[in-house]
Amino acid sequence: MDSVMDSVTNSTIKADTEMPIVFDLAQTPLREVNRFLHQEISQHNGKSIRILNPDGAHNIAVGVDHEVNIEIAGHTGYYAAGMNQLANVMILGNAGPGVAENMMSGCVQVKGFASVSAGASAQGGLLIIEGNAGLRCGISLKGGDIVVGGSVGSFSAFMAQAGRIVICGDAGDALGDSLYEAVIYVRGKIKSLGADAQIEPMTDADYQTVTELLAQANFPYSSKEFRRVASAKQLYHWNADDNQEY
Amino acid sequence: MWHCWTFDQNPALRSSLGELAVPMLIGMSERGPDSAGLAVFTETLAPAYRKYSLHAGSPEFDWKTLVETLRTHLQPQLNLESHGNHAILTVDLLPDQLKPWLKAHYPHLHLLSSGRTIDLYKETGKPAEVAARYNFRSFQGTHVVGHTRMATESAVTPAHAHPFTAGEDFCLVHNGSLSNPYEIRRKLEPRGIQFETDNDTEAACRFLEWRMREGDDLETAIRQGFEELDGFYTFLMGTSDKLALVRDAFACKPAIVAETDDYVAISSEFRSLAHLPDVKNAHLYEPAPEEMYVWTV
Repeated sequence: MDSVMDSVTNSTIKADTEMPIVFDLAQTPLREVNRFLHQEISQHNGKSIRILNPDGAHNIAVGVDHEVNIEIAGHTGYYAAGMNQLANVMILGNAGPGVAENMMSGCVQVKGFASVSAGASAQGGLLIIEGNAGLRCGISLKGGDIVVGGSVGSFSAFMAQAGRIVICGDAGDALGDSLYEAVIYVRGKIKSLGADAQIEPMTDADYQTVTELLAQANFPYSSKEFRRVASAKQLYHWNADDNQEY
Repeated sequence: MWHCWTFDQNPALRSSLGELAVPMLIGMSERGPDSAGLAVFTETLAPAYRKYSLHAGSPEFDWKTLVETLRTHLQPQLNLESHGNHAILTVDLLPDQLKPWLKAHYPHLHLLSSGRTIDLYKETGKPAEVAARYNFRSFQGTHVVGHTRMATESAVTPAHAHPFTAGEDFCLVHNGSLSNPYEIRRKLEPRGIQFETDNDTEAACRFLEWRMREGDDLETAIRQGFEELDGFYTFLMGTSDKLALVRDAFACKPAIVAETDDYVAISSEFRSLAHLPDVKNAHLYEPAPEEMYVWTV
């Protein structure tokens, strides 16, 4: 997983030497843009894509399966870069609900804030949110990595199964409720932990992980400032003797 | 159910309030294709006068006869502007005087709103059609509260469309669904509060208006609402001089706020704000769950 990320993340920030292919969503239907990204992009290797006037449209650059740099010049609506594979998607604005949901690989970066359910169920790749993330960030995360420059809302990492979430700001209520094997690193305050989530000591491996992810996201913090939140694994097995009050 | 509105702090923008608000409303058509409604808050009438927004079932409704009958019966000062099945009656009669008369003589006429500043329009149909029918673009005022509806829990009729109103100069639009509207009703009905529909939003609207009538200010009433209203909601409320926005603790229903020096605009999604002047430099944020956002005109 690390090697894949190393190869893709830095290129999102790199300026393109070639002229990009430009789509203006004020002129071109989104369906046409996404069709190009699905079917024709492989004929334009090395070209980057620039999408103008997104104006909060839904489903921009969903389902891309190609190594390509895509820059979206504005705010996106629901599910931007959902199901992303290989592509590096840069959103130069805020992202609506479900940005990079179900991402498989590649990198999605949001310059502004991300709405609810950012990176939901992502199986791989890296989601970087420079601003805050809304509620349920990284819900059901399945192996992707998320780095949030600001704070995350309540119920983040709910039932997250695998992957890492680095939160440079604060976390809202019920962080990591019913976590499986995903690990959360928090720099700021945690309003409350969810059921079965606990703060654990940082190991050398944790410090290294956080340092690497912060470097990939280009955030200037030290891994020493972070705490580790992981599952206490008390909910892994049914306990018939419990009082069954959840 | 979804909402949108603008609120102009710049007097120059007040004359183009409708022009700004209509693209917001139409921009949310995908989220609410069934019905649309708009409340516009205009200049305040003298204390003895009220405006009543009326909705008749049919565009052939005989407004002229209504005016003549009302003149004969109650001899009021009145003006009526009709627009097909909709009319705004401006008259020197208080709700206590007009409502019983309407009920006795025009029981099928639906009173959409009453107050000294609010005009209200709502109708089934696509938002663009509703906006065109009543020429929403021409509306002027300090603030509007609009809504496009996708019905999830009660019938698609003009009465079930939003905004809902209760009392005077108060309206509410709702995105979400309440899980205890009947509990709220059972609490309010024994106090003489009458409901017009079986819609969940009406319960919230009447609950908050009841709290304010009991002496709460808007903020206190909303705080009471956090305690008593259960379910999913993003509410947007308008009074003659305030706008208020709240989301429930789980904040499942979206909202985004754009603030500039000239206006505040709120919508379910940014895409219906993208046309607003200077929105690219606006302060954009999503309201936090169970936080109260109140703006004063």
